[in-house]
Amino acid sequence: MNLEEYKGVYVFAQQVDNEISGIAFELLGKAKQLAGDLNEKVTAVLIGSGIKGLADQLAEYGADKVIVVDDPELKDYRTEPYAHALASVINKYKPEIMLVGATAIGRDLGPTVSARVATGLTADCTQLDIGDFPLVAIPGKEAEQKHNQLLMTRPAFGGNTIATIACPNNRPQMATVRPGVMQKIEPIKGAKADVEEFNPGFTPDKRYVTIKEVVKAVTDTVDIMDAKILVSGGRGVGTPENFKLLEDLAAVLGGTVSCSRAVVDAGWKPKDLQVGQTGKTVRPHVYFAIGISGAIQHVAGMEESDIIIAINKDEDAPIFDVADYGIVGDLNKIVPQLTESIKAAIANK
Amino acid sequence: MKIIVCIKQVPDTKGGVKFNPDGTLDRGAMLAIMNPDDKAGLEAALRLKDQYGAEVTVLTMGLPKAADVLREAIAMGADKGILVTDRVLGGADTWATSTTIAGAIRNLDYDLIITGRQAIDGDTAQVGPQIAEHLQIPVISYAQDIKVEGDKVIVQRQYDDRYHILEAQMPCLVTALSELNEPRYMTPGGIFDACAAEITTWGRKDLKDVDDANIGLAGSPTKIAKASDKVRKGAGEKIVPDSPEDAVSYIVGKLQEKHVI
Repeated sequence: MNLEEYKGVYVFAQQVDNEISGIAFELLGKAKQLAGDLNEKVTAVLIGSGIKGLADQLAEYGADKVIVVDDPELKDYRTEPYAHALASVINKYKPEIMLVGATAIGRDLGPTVSARVATGLTADCTQLDIGDFPLVAIPGKEAEQKHNQLLMTRPAFGGNTIATIACPNNRPQMATVRPGVMQKIEPIKGAKADVEEFNPGFTPDKRYVTIKEVVKAVTDTVDIMDAKILVSGGRGVGTPENFKLLEDLAAVLGGTVSCSRAVVDAGWKPKDLQVGQTGKTVRPHVYFAIGISGAIQHVAGMEESDIIIAINKDEDAPIFDVADYGIVGDLNKIVPQLTESIKAAIANK
Repeated sequence: MKIIVCIKQVPDTKGGVKFNPDGTLDRGAMLAIMNPDDKAGLEAALRLKDQYGAEVTVLTMGLPKAADVLREAIAMGADKGILVTDRVLGGADTWATSTTIAGAIRNLDYDLIITGRQAIDGDTAQVGPQIAEHLQIPVISYAQDIKVEGDKVIVQRQYDDRYHILEAQMPCLVTALSELNEPRYMTPGGIFDACAAEITTWGRKDLKDVDDANIGLAGSPTKIAKASDKVRKGAGEKIVPDSPEDAVSYIVGKLQEKHVI
C-alpha cells in the first residue's frame, strides 16, 4: 500500500428510497473542513439505483465531485452489492479519508468494506481533526512522527472513556460518525459538482441475500434529532397511556416527545423516538428527563443538551448526576400542573 | 446443524458504574459479565438447538478468565466451549480481533455463526461483519429475529426506520441485537455440567491462515493516540420540593430565567 497515492476526503452519501439521508450532508460539512486543512477536494460516493439526479444536492452541501454507482442490484441496501460498490470505488480512486454515517446501514457497510480493503475503521466518532501521530513526537524519533493524519475521537466503555485514534499505516483512514454530531453547511444554491459514473459490475453470488419483505415504521412524528425541546419519558411514566402527560407538556412548549430504551423494549413507543447509545444522540436546547433513571447508555445520548431538567421520585437516580435542575417528586402530580402553569405563563407574556 | 456463537467477557458498563473521587472510572468495581448482545445470540442458538437438535459451540477470545463466560454458556445449554488466548493476541483492534477469531473458526465446521451486534466496552459493532468478511460468507447484522428454513436463515434485519425480512444461504453469519429475546437462566444441572466441562484452549499456533502481521497490537491498523476517562458533566441543582406546586414554580422559574418561555 503506497500511502502517498491516497488523496482526497470521501463521504458515503447514504440514501434510502432515493432520498439522501441527513447524515450525508452533515458528513459533507465536516469533509469540507478536513479537505480545507489538507488542501484536498471533497468527493461524495452515491450508491443506489436511479439516483443520478441526487448529485446536485450533494454539490450544494459541499461536494466538489460525486462518484455515482448506479445499478438495479443496488435498489435497496444489502451488505454485499453495496460493499462491492464502495470497496471498488476505494480501490480505484484511492481516497485518503473515507467517512460513513454510523447508522444501521453504515455500521454494517463500514466494517465490511474496511476489512475488504484491509484498513482500519474507527466507529462513532464525535470529533475529527487533522493532526500529528504520535500527538507528541517521541524524543529522538522526531522523523517518525507523521503529519496530516486523521485524528478520530470517540467514546468507549459505555461512554465513560474518550479515546483519540489514528490509522497511520493504512489507507483510507475510515471513520463512522453518528447523525447529529457534525454540522452541515448552509447549502450553496446552484452549486455543481463534477459527476463521474462508475459501475464495477455486479454478479450475484452466495453473499447476496434476498430481501423477502420491507416493512417501514409508521411514523408521522417529528424527527427527535431536529427538536429544540424534548420531553422524554422512561419506565417511570408507568403506562403507554400516561405518556399523554408528556405529550401535553411537549405541546405547550412546542417540543417533541422522546423516550428511553426501556419504553421501546416495553413496546410503548417506536424505536425512532429512542434516545441513547443504541438509539439516537440528541442535542436539544432543553431536555426533560421524566421518569428516566439515567443509565449510562441513556445519558450518552443526551448529555450534550444545553439544559437538562429531571423529574424522578427516586432521589438517588443517576439522572440527577447530569441534570442541571433535578426535581425529586411524583411526575403524575408535577407534569400536569407544570403544563398548566406554562400555558398560563405564556398567555400572560 | 452446527452453530458457533462468538461471545465476549466485558466489564459491566451498564449497571452500577462507579467513579473514583477524581471523576475517573473505577474499573475495579465493575463486574465481568457476558456481553448482552452476545447472550441474546447464544439464546437464539439454544432455541435452534431446542427446535432442531443443533450442536452449539461457544467461542471467546480473551484473557484466561474469559473461560468463565464459556462455562456460563455451557450452563445455559451450549455443548462445547473454546477459549482463544495468547499473549501475542493482546491489544488487538477490530481488524486484528476479527482476523484472530476467523483463524480459530477455520478449524471448525459450521452452518451458522452468531455474534452479538456490539460489545458494551468497545461499542464498535465491527467484529461480527469483519469475521464474515475474512471467512467470505454472507453477513446479516442487527437481527431482531432468526429462523431457519432448510439450508437458509430468515432474519428480520433492523434499520433506523424499517426492517427487512432477509433470506441468506448458510453458512453465514448473523449479528444479534439484545432485543432478539429474553435469555434463559442457567439450570442447576447445567451448572454441574459447566464445572465439569473441558474447555478447549487455543493459542496463536492454532489459528489457521493467519499472518503474524495481522494480529495483536502490532497487527492493528488503528492506534490509540490518547485515552482518558471522561469527566462527566457535573450535577447541577437538585431539590426535594414539599409539594407539586413548589416543584412547578421552581421549574417555570428556571424556564423563564433561561428564556425558554
